[in-house]
Amino acid sequence: MLALVSPALLVILLLIVLPVGWLAWQSIYHDGFTLENYRRVFTEDIYWRSFALTFEISLAVTLIALLLGYPVAYLANALPKGWSILILSLVVLPFWTSVLVRAYAWLALLQRTGVINQLLRYLDVTSEPLALVHNMFGTVVATVHILLPFMVLPLYATMQKIPGDLMQAGASLGASPSLTFCRVFLPLSLPGVLAGCTMVFVLCLGFYITPELLGGGRTVMVSMLVSRNVELYNQFGAASAVAVVLLASVLLIFLVVSRFISLDRILGQK
Amino acid sequence: MRASPARIVLYVVSALVLVYLILPVLIIAPISFSSARFLTFPPPSFSLRWYQQYFANPAWMQATQVTLTVALLTVLIATPLGISAAYAISQSKLRIMRLIHMMLLLPLVVPIIITAVGIFFVYAKVGLVATLPGLVLANVMLGLPYVIISVLAGMQSFDPAQEMVARSLGMNRLRSFFAVTLPQIKSSVVAGGIFAFISAMDETIVALFISGGQYQPLTKRMFTALRDEIDPTIAAISTLMTAASFMLVLLASSRQKKGG
Repeated sequence: MLALVSPALLVILLLIVLPVGWLAWQSIYHDGFTLENYRRVFTEDIYWRSFALTFEISLAVTLIALLLGYPVAYLANALPKGWSILILSLVVLPFWTSVLVRAYAWLALLQRTGVINQLLRYLDVTSEPLALVHNMFGTVVATVHILLPFMVLPLYATMQKIPGDLMQAGASLGASPSLTFCRVFLPLSLPGVLAGCTMVFVLCLGFYITPELLGGGRTVMVSMLVSRNVELYNQFGAASAVAVVLLASVLLIFLVVSRFISLDRILGQK
Repeated sequence: MRASPARIVLYVVSALVLVYLILPVLIIAPISFSSARFLTFPPPSFSLRWYQQYFANPAWMQATQVTLTVALLTVLIATPLGISAAYAISQSKLRIMRLIHMMLLLPLVVPIIITAVGIFFVYAKVGLVATLPGLVLANVMLGLPYVIISVLAGMQSFDPAQEMVARSLGMNRLRSFFAVTLPQIKSSVVAGGIFAFISAMDETIVALFISGGQYQPLTKRMFTALRDEIDPTIAAISTLMTAASFMLVLLASSRQKKGG
């Protein structure tokens, strides 16, 4: 049996474990051991600000995705099967479009001469085109769009497991629909909320294409810090240290969350 | 389901969210068929000029060839590796298998930018940067989890006792797998292979770091083009890519419905 997994395992070892190990090594070793790279990451302004910005954006994206995703998952769960399949298909449809294609679509929609600005001017809402993209706003709009399915699917999976009789029981005991929702349904759906939020937050921490193309160069997320240090400045040690800190944050989050819900639940989707 | 105010709000909010999800996917096709250089609304006239520019441009054609070659080779390698790994994971009682299973899903957990930079450093040492094998290997690694997850799901609904019967009748393990097990998990295998193909076709970030020269996939050229200026040729390519993905997903899901 071990012989059967070994080819796949070898690929994983050579192409992800070794490269990540290499990064870790390179972050502390350059003609001798040094913590210089980490000192820079933790003390220099550009690095600090980028990490703070990345966590801020991720938090905002997670909250917005939860606010938008919860009603959709709730409706898909409440409606008869045909409707819920339709809703879920619409949710996963963008999933199968390349992230790059969707970044292009948002550029086309949000730029100064884009669809939204033309529509707003046509309707006389604005006289000057709004700056909707090449800034934080555009980044968040497109990122939420890409990550929303990762929120809706675990929410829906959890809601499916909540027995419908519980709501009826609440109603029969005299509680209003909103009270039964708050006291029965919402608490029972929390594992799904946690799974969805974890996935969205963690994926957002490492996002690269959207902030690079829609952020206009000012929204420098951690992933862009890594790539710039490699491509523009040849600062391999610094890039590696940033990557290690990012990976450590991701693993730490998974570790903490896995104390509450099983990891399968978070990763089971796709 | 009474039409209480709360319910109406729920419907309206959900509908708006769904529009938000779908609109960007749908907006690309009209741009690609418009004659205008910039997106104007409504489109001035129907035109295939962006498709012509795509098909007439040798650089785009070469990139397309690279993408298709890489995606195809990725499927051919990742699918058998994934099947044998998933089979071992589902059949083995070894303790270490759980750990191995988790390791095989690492590509889904590690942020892709980190994987990309790490692979770039390793490739730079062994001379695999800007080569076809390098690109294929990286995509095999990224595609493996999809094959494994899909095949494991198929194995769950398969009764291993059937394979035991075949073996008790004298078939060896390999033959009984091909004669009994594989036909029953075929749909999951096909679905896993299709997901690996789409993953390789859409992969951008690793390609940005490790591909170059004549071995640049479509996504890398698209990314570079998008950074410079918005050229509607990209809308044409995007439309074709999206159409290809959707057809493949439909194929995968129609096969999965048939069982397995």
